Parts: sequence; structure tokens; C-alpha cells
Amino acid sequence: MSELKSGSNLEKVLAAGHFAFTGECGPPKGANVEHLVEKFQHLKGNVDCVNMTDNQTAVVRMSSMAGSALMVNEGLEPNFQMVCRDRNRLAMMSDILGAYALGVRNMLCLSGDHQTFGNHPEAKNVHCIDSMQLIAMVKKMRDEGKFLNDEDIDVPPKMFIGAACNPFADPYEFRPYRLANKIEAGADFIQTQCIFNMEKFRDFMSKVVDMGLHEKCYILAGVTPMKNAGMANFMKKFVPGMDIPDELIKRLKGVEKKDQAEEGIKFALEQVEEFKEMEGVAGVHMMAIEWEHKVPEIAERAGVLPRPVID
Amino acid sequence: MIVADRKPIEELLGMVEDCKKILVVGCKGCVTVCNVGGLKEVEVLAATMKIARKKAGNPLEIAEHVLERQCDREYVSQLGEEVNDYDAVLSMACGVGPQFLSEMYKEQSFFPAVNTTFFGGATQHGVWEERCAGCGTCGIHMFGGLCPIARCAKSLLHGPCGGSSNGICEVNKETECIWDSIVKKKMEAGQLEDLLGVKNFKSWKTARDGGPRRSIREELVQGNI
Repeated sequence: MSELKSGSNLEKVLAAGHFAFTGECGPPKGANVEHLVEKFQHLKGNVDCVNMTDNQTAVVRMSSMAGSALMVNEGLEPNFQMVCRDRNRLAMMSDILGAYALGVRNMLCLSGDHQTFGNHPEAKNVHCIDSMQLIAMVKKMRDEGKFLNDEDIDVPPKMFIGAACNPFADPYEFRPYRLANKIEAGADFIQTQCIFNMEKFRDFMSKVVDMGLHEKCYILAGVTPMKNAGMANFMKKFVPGMDIPDELIKRLKGVEKKDQAEEGIKFALEQVEEFKEMEGVAGVHMMAIEWEHKVPEIAERAGVLPRPVID
Repeated sequence: MIVADRKPIEELLGMVEDCKKILVVGCKGCVTVCNVGGLKEVEVLAATMKIARKKAGNPLEIAEHVLERQCDREYVSQLGEEVNDYDAVLSMACGVGPQFLSEMYKEQSFFPAVNTTFFGGATQHGVWEERCAGCGTCGIHMFGGLCPIARCAKSLLHGPCGGSSNGICEVNKETECIWDSIVKKKMEAGQLEDLLGVKNFKSWKTARDGGPRRSIREELVQGNI
């Protein structure tokens, strides 16, 4: 991991051995640049890069490439998310080049939530390639300087390649192997699904460490602070692939409603403390969903400020 | 086989609301096997439509006919020019049927009485499930004999995705996660390595994406067999 592949800030921070702290920001349901830029200000200087989501939960929003470019203009580093649901391989390669041309240096390769969960369930899903192949495609474009058809790329996109991992989906025994496959395909870093079941995640990471995967790739643990017990209940019931222990819901319900947000943040901070010490975890991906203004406080209390600046 | 569901009766009545005399044509192929467009279903549909129109004070005359297959010109030609004696014709075959009929009898209007859904089979009495997407490049042997193109909601070649839960697909609680089955089968057989590595990028040229497809058997075209 010594030679930089993309030169992105995230890559530099990780390569220098720092505990990474990344954030997330959903683009608007419209072209409201002002609001988006306002959200950026909460993240600026408090995280190493910010994920710009790509029509997350299959709800149509401003494109992640445009959101990423706006972020670059504001002096933040984007992690450009791309899903396989909405584009074929032509559009994907074209957008990867476009994003790179606009200053994007990190990207996260995802399958994408199924369109039936979103606000256009009648849409056709593309899935011309899957997330594993997207990782391999970005790697080929970067390292070989070639398109999928082996034609040369005039100035290849040097992306730091990210992938997702959900240790809480089934079949559990296969999850470390699927992660290994993503690393083999070319993932430089991993951002996990939101972790709430710490016991299961500890077990997962011990398997990952036994397989030596943490030495081949940077693994960032996903954290989402709960705003209240209602949010925890909703996620448990309706968000696919979420593992939310009853104890956490009980803990949130155990305090007065006005204090539940603070309790949620406390749990998130306890998680961050544990991740700092957990073998194989190289950082935290903080997904404060529509709670960007809380990130400065969370980062401060998590003791991850100031963020390292590396030339 | 090709599986279909009959269209709602209201939709069918709407298609022929201006007609006084129609023909309903069934098919003895796949739609007979999946109980949607064979002799029995033709009779039931004709009776239902007649009753509904009579009740509405606008009686409809309906003739019935069942062809051996509607996807074969030899059988379609058996209908003869008498199809033009009707105001319209409802085909109870899969989507192939009304097209073969339209191609042969250009003066007549043919309406589809069923929605063609998928290639599949019966998993229990009265239940049919999709098994094949007709992508034109079969690779089920790579996945323990189970097709992720047809049976994974995202057609993943490297599943299961993060939404797989207790063997169930995130998209529908009634649908098994086929990747859960593939992985478990491979792990039990000690063939996990078959699922590792990046599979070749699928060519969709052989699927519908490459344009309408044609299958030519030269020896048959030349009449040698």
C-alpha cells in the first residue's frame, strides 16, 4: 500500500497510518445547490472525504456526479458513489471518466437498492454488470488504462476504489469470502453497512483478520447515530440488511424522548472508541443521515479532530 | 414452458366493447399446461364475457376455437379466412400467438387475453415460478444449477447482496434469495472456490438487448431432416 494509486486525501490519510473518519451527504431531491453547499459546511474539515450517494434507496435525486463536482468546488473531497441499477457499462465508464475529469478521486462501487423500494418502482433495472465487476472495471481503467473492450483510455481515471460490505446479511459464513472477493477484484477500501450489533461485528472482524484481509485493504466501520428509538424501530423493520439488537432499542427507550438523540450519539461514540482499538479496522465511516449538522460535534467528541492534512 | 396469467375480465370486456361477435382462440401448448389458455379456460372466458354483456343489455356472440399451437403457421392456418367473420379475435395463447395470427390474417384485429410472464415451471399444484430469462448464454452450471440471471432480482453474478436475510430476497418476502441457495449448495459440496474470483463480464448480445433473436437450424431449412 506504499505507492499511491489515486493520490486522494482519503488514500493519503490511510496510507500514512491515520485512523480515517469519513462522512456522508445525500444530494437534494431537486437542484437546490444552496442547501447542499450548506450541508457541506458541517462536514468540511471534520472528515477525510464525504460519500455522495447515488439515488440512495432508489429515490431519484440530483446525480452523485454533479453532487461530487459541487463538493470539489467547495474544497471537500467526495467519495463518488455509483450503483449498477441505473446505468449500463457504457454509461458507467463514461461517468467514471466524467467524474475524474471533474476532480473526483474516490469512488464507491455498489449494486444499488432495488428500485421497488424507491419512488419509481416501475423503472427498469439495468444491472448490466454487478458491483464485483464494477470494482474490477474501475481497476482495469485505472491500472491498465483500458476500457472493458481493451481499447486504450486517453488519460485513465486514477480512482481510489471503494466497496461496501454488509457483515449482517445472510448467509453469514459466506460474508468474509465475499469481502475477500471484492478485495481480489480491486477494492482498496471498504465501508461497511451501519453496525449496531457489535458482538456480531467483533466475530466478523476476527474472521477477516484470520484471513488476513485487513492487510490487503482498509476497512472502515460504518456508524449511524440513532436520532431516537423510533428511527431504530423503523430501520429494524423496514431497512433490508439491518441488524439492530433489541438491547439498543431498549437503551434508547430507557431515556426520555428529548434525550434519545444524545443517547444515540453516546452509543455511536462508544462504537468509535472500540473501533479505534479493534484489530483490522482502519477507520470509521460516519453516516449521520440528514444530521450533517451534528457531525462537527460527533467528530469533536469522538476525538478524531483535527483531521490530518497531508501534502 | 411459457407461463402466463389471464388478463382481468374488465380489461378484456373493454377491448371488445364495440364488438357484437368475437372469436376466442385457445392454444394446446404451454398455456394449456399452466391452465390459462386451453380448452377449459376458453370456455370459461367465453361464458363469463357472455354473461357480463348480457347483464349490461348488450349481448355478445362468442365463438370458441382451440388450436394445437398458435406458434406454428401450419396450425394457425387452420383457422382459415373465417376469422374475418368476427368483429375481433381474442387469443389466449402467450404473446407469440396473437402475433402469428396477426401476421397471417392481416385484415383482422387480434387482442391478447393473457399477460405472458416468464419461462418457468410448476413448483406445486397451482403455483408456477420463473426459472429462465432466455438470455441466450446459459451458465447455470457455474452456479450449482441455479440461475441468478433469472432468479436474483439484481441478476448478480457475485451475490448475495446485502439485502439477503434468512434465505429470503429483500424485494419480496415470498421470494427465496437464490444466491443464498447457491452459496449454501456450493459450501456443502466443498466447492466454495467456484464462487471466488471475478466472473467474465456477461455479453448481453445474445439476450433481447442484442435485438430480436432468430434461431436457424440449417439442416431443417434445407429439408435434410
